[in-house]
Amino acid sequence: MHPAWPVIFFTTLAGWAQGLVIALAAGSIAAVAPTRELMLTGLATAVVLLVAGLVCSMLHLGRPERAWRAVLMWRTSWLSREVIVLPALIAWLALWWLAEATQQSSVVFPALAIVLSLLLWLCTAMIYVCLKFIREWSHPLTIANYTLLGLASGMLLTAALGIVTGDARYAVWCARWSVVLTTLALVVRGASLTRNRRLRPVSTLQSATGIKSPQIKQMSMGMSAGAFNTREFFHGKSHWVVRNVRVGFIVLAFAMPIVLVFISIATRSGVALFAATALQFVGLLAERWYFFAEARHPQNLYYQVIG
Amino acid sequence: MDTHARPKQLALVIDLNVCVGCHACVTSCKEWNTSGSAGALVDEHPYEANPTGTFFNRVQTYEAGSFPDTETIHFPKSCLHCEEPPCVPVCPTGASYKRKEDGIVLVDYDKCIGCNYCAWACPYGARELDEKRKVMTKCTLCVDRIYDTTIPERDRKPACVMACPTNARLFGDVNDPRSEVSEAIRDRGGYSLMPEWNTQPANQYLPRKIVPAVAAIETPAAGAR
Repeated sequence: MHPAWPVIFFTTLAGWAQGLVIALAAGSIAAVAPTRELMLTGLATAVVLLVAGLVCSMLHLGRPERAWRAVLMWRTSWLSREVIVLPALIAWLALWWLAEATQQSSVVFPALAIVLSLLLWLCTAMIYVCLKFIREWSHPLTIANYTLLGLASGMLLTAALGIVTGDARYAVWCARWSVVLTTLALVVRGASLTRNRRLRPVSTLQSATGIKSPQIKQMSMGMSAGAFNTREFFHGKSHWVVRNVRVGFIVLAFAMPIVLVFISIATRSGVALFAATALQFVGLLAERWYFFAEARHPQNLYYQVIG
Repeated sequence: MDTHARPKQLALVIDLNVCVGCHACVTSCKEWNTSGSAGALVDEHPYEANPTGTFFNRVQTYEAGSFPDTETIHFPKSCLHCEEPPCVPVCPTGASYKRKEDGIVLVDYDKCIGCNYCAWACPYGARELDEKRKVMTKCTLCVDRIYDTTIPERDRKPACVMACPTNARLFGDVNDPRSEVSEAIRDRGGYSLMPEWNTQPANQYLPRKIVPAVAAIETPAAGAR
């Protein structure tokens, strides 16, 4: 598939924000409560990130002025469900921020914030999982990946915000959790990379055309230049680029953040933690690019040779 | 048999025996559908090095077998109007829908937000985003023609069917067992594309059957003269 930058930024930014929300909510429920300053800064950051993600997702649309229509088909479409849950989460976080600001917060706010964040990951991932013929996506590992990558990066972002707002105790708590979650995310992403490498295509030129011969080749796709079909479903990059993006995201999203967080905790260095947060975000953008690029759409069987 | 047991499902049946790959169906499809009330199907850079445009129908060419035993197969490809269309339930706005009355899968261009999700959900690549109108487009089975009572009844067929010089495209109700298309599917081994995804395409294809050349019979009459 052709990786679309608006979708890459939307899913990465929103995942970051959802992880941040869960980091704040889990702490306040588990009574390791973050300071009020961190709580207010964190919730505001989450709202800003989610709104930025929402804007990115609108940029993906051909007709953004009609975007409101996307809430209508929630009975059948995971995309529609996502479009409902995202603004609901933003609204609930704004309410929670108000409650914190006026010191009227209760356990209801973090509890529902966790539920909505998890629900948003489920909706986002199911958009891809439900396309059963895109087999790289159509597996529960996709849900686990979206959730764990968001949780890990959100934990690290919360730790960085903890340093900024002077809540070192909560920053260390989150930094430790970010190492655990980043390691877990690496294991799960590794599992999906291994699975995807072993996949054998179900659809073939034989099943796509119904021609019985064991040997078929396309002589012409029926047009001399490109079309939507040759742009939307191919990433158009060389094997070299794809392989290096994979190596790049494993290093940037997983390996380096883990090392830098250890350095940060050992040396009490805020700079190392900020570096880990920034590198992981870049790494997750690369991971999301790769997620789209590695998906092979069966329609590509029909568009192999210009002829 | 009760002919009304299954709802009407209009579809094309494409005979690969006689398709000669002339692309008349492609151009007539474009001509009809770019001239309708929905507006022109965009053509970008038509006179430059990389022209691109929106088409609902393509004719592709495949070669089967290995030299010297090869055959060339011309393969027209458009929306298959699946009975279980995977593109419809994923649409967040309801712009993509399947008509109850005749099974045609359509896009309401006034409701489409151009998110491309339906195109991703179609294993056949039958949908194309119109880059100018920024909405998803696809074969309509010429829904704006086949019910038009202002044209002669014999012309109330999709433009591609009308244009085909070899009659490789049959049009009718595949759920009516007595229709021409149902008989063709039944008698000549009609098949679906990518049956593995259970989309139940309404359009079907008639496989090529190689009929061995019949040797001319030597008769005394032919030899004399």
